[in-house]
Amino acid sequence: MSEFFTQAVLIAAVASGIRLAVPLLLASLGETYGQRSGVLNLGVDGIMLLGAFGGYYTVLKTDNVWLGLAMGIGVGVILGLVSAVISVTLKAEQGISGIGIYLFGLGMSDLLFQKLVGTPLPVGSFPKLDIPGLSDIPILGEMLFRHSIIVYVAFGLVPISMYIINRTTFGMNIRAVGENPEAADSLGVSVVRIRYLTVTIGGMMAGIAGAALAIDLGIFQQNLTNAQGFIAIALVYFGAWRPAGVMAGSLLYGFVNSVVLQFKTLGIIPRSWSDIAAMAPAIITILALVLVARRFRQPAALTKPFTRGT
Amino acid sequence: MAQAETNRRSRPKFVAYLVPLGAVVLALAIGAIMLSLLGANPVEGFRAMLDGAFGSGDALIETALKATPLLFVGVGITIAFRANVINIGGEGQMVAGALLATALALALPDLPAVVMLPTVLLAGIVGGAAWGAVPGALKAYYNVNEILSTIMLNVVAVQLMNFLLRGPMIDPGELERGTRIPQTARLQEGADLPLLFGNGRLHIGPLIAVLAAVAAYILLWRTPLGFRVRAVGLSPDAARYAGIPVKRTIVLAMTMSGAMSGLAGAVLVFGSESHRMVTDGSTVGFTGSAGFNGIVAALFGGLHPIWTIPASFMFGGLLVGGIALQRAVQVPSALIMALNGLVVVFVVASDRWKKRLQEQPARVDDTATDGPVLEAVVDDGGGGP
Amino acid sequence: MKKRHVTWLALVLALMMVLVACGDSTDGTTAGTDAPDETTAPDETTAPDETTAPDDTAPSTDTTAASAEPFRIAIVAPSASNDLAFTQSIVDAVNVIKSEMGNVEVAVTDGTFIVEDAAAAIRGYASEGYDLVIAHGSQYGGSLQEIAPDFPDVSFAWGTAADTFGLDNVYSYEAASDEGGYVMGVMAAALSETGTIGIVGPIEVGDAKLYVDGFEAGAKAQDPGANVNINYTGSFSDVALASEAAQAHAAAGADVMSGTAQMVVGAVGVADEVGALWFGTQANQTSLAPSIVVASQVYHWEVILREIIANLNSGTMGGEIYTINLANGGEVIEFNPGYSLPDEVRQLADAAIAGIIDGSVSTGQ
Repeated sequence: MSEFFTQAVLIAAVASGIRLAVPLLLASLGETYGQRSGVLNLGVDGIMLLGAFGGYYTVLKTDNVWLGLAMGIGVGVILGLVSAVISVTLKAEQGISGIGIYLFGLGMSDLLFQKLVGTPLPVGSFPKLDIPGLSDIPILGEMLFRHSIIVYVAFGLVPISMYIINRTTFGMNIRAVGENPEAADSLGVSVVRIRYLTVTIGGMMAGIAGAALAIDLGIFQQNLTNAQGFIAIALVYFGAWRPAGVMAGSLLYGFVNSVVLQFKTLGIIPRSWSDIAAMAPAIITILALVLVARRFRQPAALTKPFTRGT
Repeated sequence: MAQAETNRRSRPKFVAYLVPLGAVVLALAIGAIMLSLLGANPVEGFRAMLDGAFGSGDALIETALKATPLLFVGVGITIAFRANVINIGGEGQMVAGALLATALALALPDLPAVVMLPTVLLAGIVGGAAWGAVPGALKAYYNVNEILSTIMLNVVAVQLMNFLLRGPMIDPGELERGTRIPQTARLQEGADLPLLFGNGRLHIGPLIAVLAAVAAYILLWRTPLGFRVRAVGLSPDAARYAGIPVKRTIVLAMTMSGAMSGLAGAVLVFGSESHRMVTDGSTVGFTGSAGFNGIVAALFGGLHPIWTIPASFMFGGLLVGGIALQRAVQVPSALIMALNGLVVVFVVASDRWKKRLQEQPARVDDTATDGPVLEAVVDDGGGGP
Repeated sequence: MKKRHVTWLALVLALMMVLVACGDSTDGTTAGTDAPDETTAPDETTAPDETTAPDDTAPSTDTTAASAEPFRIAIVAPSASNDLAFTQSIVDAVNVIKSEMGNVEVAVTDGTFIVEDAAAAIRGYASEGYDLVIAHGSQYGGSLQEIAPDFPDVSFAWGTAADTFGLDNVYSYEAASDEGGYVMGVMAAALSETGTIGIVGPIEVGDAKLYVDGFEAGAKAQDPGANVNINYTGSFSDVALASEAAQAHAAAGADVMSGTAQMVVGAVGVADEVGALWFGTQANQTSLAPSIVVASQVYHWEVILREIIANLNSGTMGGEIYTINLANGGEVIEFNPGYSLPDEVRQLADAAIAGIIDGSVSTGQ
């Protein structure tokens, strides 16, 4: 156990937890918009996978990570729009249509990869950015301020999302549509328009999350996300539909994973118990959820399609 | 109201069920485009698909076997959804049921076949029920959203499976030889599902699944418990007002739903080619996504247990046919996965039209505003096919 | 009614857009990338002209090659044919056989991690009369044991495993991956300056366990004080977790790493980033990080496939267990020419290889 409390290992554990949290944070922040407006998109993982492939393939061909990120955004927006058509206009059962999108993304990203790339080839990652000044703080600087740019982008989106959801008219409309679509509608807010916007934002963020994951890893492979999109959805509930809470959840999940990894590496957890240890993040999330769920209520109209005029 | 009712009746009921069929055809049409893009001949591909799914006695048997877990899960999903609980933990519940059933079969090798089979199937039911009861209780008493807790429990179940099949439940022969394949020994023959026609592959699993569907139908529409489940699904507040123990009913619905998935898992093990439980490290490697695809089958069947029977058969055919298609035209099997997803999306997206054809508009609109998650909960109340 | 049609149309259009969009980012280049792919990569799954009619009784009279029936091989495997790891090793080998023998027809069902679907595919190929059906996954064995007796005229090969169930139409094959692992462990310990070595594995079973155990034994033999950290992430597919495992190894001081199974593709990149050396296995992983991959253990299953096919031609359908190892050339340590390996380390490796071949060195397995 004492091996864990060395400076190098502790710094690595925190930095690793932050990195693991980034795709989850991006995807769950986006999903927060949709759910706040009453739409659950279970297809996040499928969108992430297609965004990941799009991003990876673009970087492979152009050697430009920002174009790759842009491709992730593009793929995400298109699939977000498709999700919106399905859940808002066609009023499909949201829990299930998302699984269809997931399976489609899982198969399609692999198919495209096999046909267009084949054998995995590494691509360049996002540049690292040591924040001037802050990164020189002993220990803390190494843990927090020596990451690749996408890490700061992801965490920077948290206060921005807080502002949008809590302080803008758009945010107020989102919340109104999610709590009481009939009332919002009677006040002249277009429920359909708001939900299209939020679901598309969610898709876009999932696309970014996927592209960020693939580009940061510098590689693509079948099922690259390994169901992280589902974890991201869970974290939205965990975070009680608040960007700060979602961030806390992502970090918790990332940290538990990184600590377990460090423990396994150092032999603190015996090898035969590695499967049991791998359950830890899920179990801890459920337990934390029990605590959170008693205090917060989900958006009243979540998963309920809106039909005008009763 | 009565007027509307008779108007509806004048249209034959099967018309509504043509909608999901049309959706499948549309999804396959996109599949045909993709096949052409891949340089494969779509006509040849789909002929192989149809042939592989329905073209011969053996094909029909494969389809029935593939449909069996879908039907179990679909029936379970129906029960949960009728209580307005979205159980997407079928995958984990299947694994839990299979693990408990397999553990029992390993622990009691000397039981005579007559006792063995019911015992292990019951163990499957219990395992799945327990895995379903947890999110049910978390939802009812701690307000934890079931979508989230079932996803997390799926993650837990797969690691539990890896641990048990690698450690305590591993085939001792694997340890001896040092090959350590994470699988149990071949289970006692007494636990094999009996074959229907003496030899061949068709075992009694599909039959049990059909019986389970009928039982679920009776339960939901012919018993007080079923009434309570549906009442809670329609409006928890009204149900509470009527004196129905809402929380307990939710837990019970999730428990029954999990039990069905658990039975699916047990049947998968005892009716498998290998008659043992194997893991490749993932849930899907064992379940074949039946925990998810069963939901689609249920939806395909309008969340009605009886209609879920043909729906599962159709969907099983699609999956079996997909393997045949892949073999015949040699495209990556990722295409089949993508097609599976398209079919799900199209069927779910077309659901609204099916309901419009089935229902009186007034009732649909009622529920759209203050009703449960699923309009289908009110769909064709007690009327069976 | 009309409105519904419009929405339908919208849905179809939207989905088409996705397809086009996905295809588009690609379409422009499809022609360009596909062509070299087909010629260089032995990419059997993609060759569209390789279509195998479901009914093999269909007359092939109209083809000129009708003189001799082709030898038909089918592969059922769990991951992608080009995974730079387990599945690619067998697909590559069968393609070598194809180019040697000429008149060979190859069918591949890859990505079949669902065990029951693999069973269905194995059964399907067998019933279509393939001469040799390769079940390339240890998890398929239980199913094969039940399927093989139903098709006495078809020969099956199962790997990686060491059991033919006493059936005379089943061969099994395995890799002594501990041997290559041992050699690389020796080199790793010799090259490590910190004395700490990190290994990333999936779950502790089969080929992965054998390789990791051999590697550890080799490292300890070279440097009894070496600190070998082993991290099984619990997943064959979690690339991100495997990458972070490599980061964890780096934090613990590892300057030489290795890993096995298809999810290590990202971990190789991490090793590159932190300046550690990498040893690959199952396929040549040099392309993933040309400057830091020291060597890869590569499987050449064709060595044993040749024997199996020779047996089949002489009428023996199965019953034998084959192992590829350093001695029979089925396992080859491929050194990366782009990495300048010190001569004395190369000599250590060669000595270890020689020792394993002549039996004077034991990998402890």
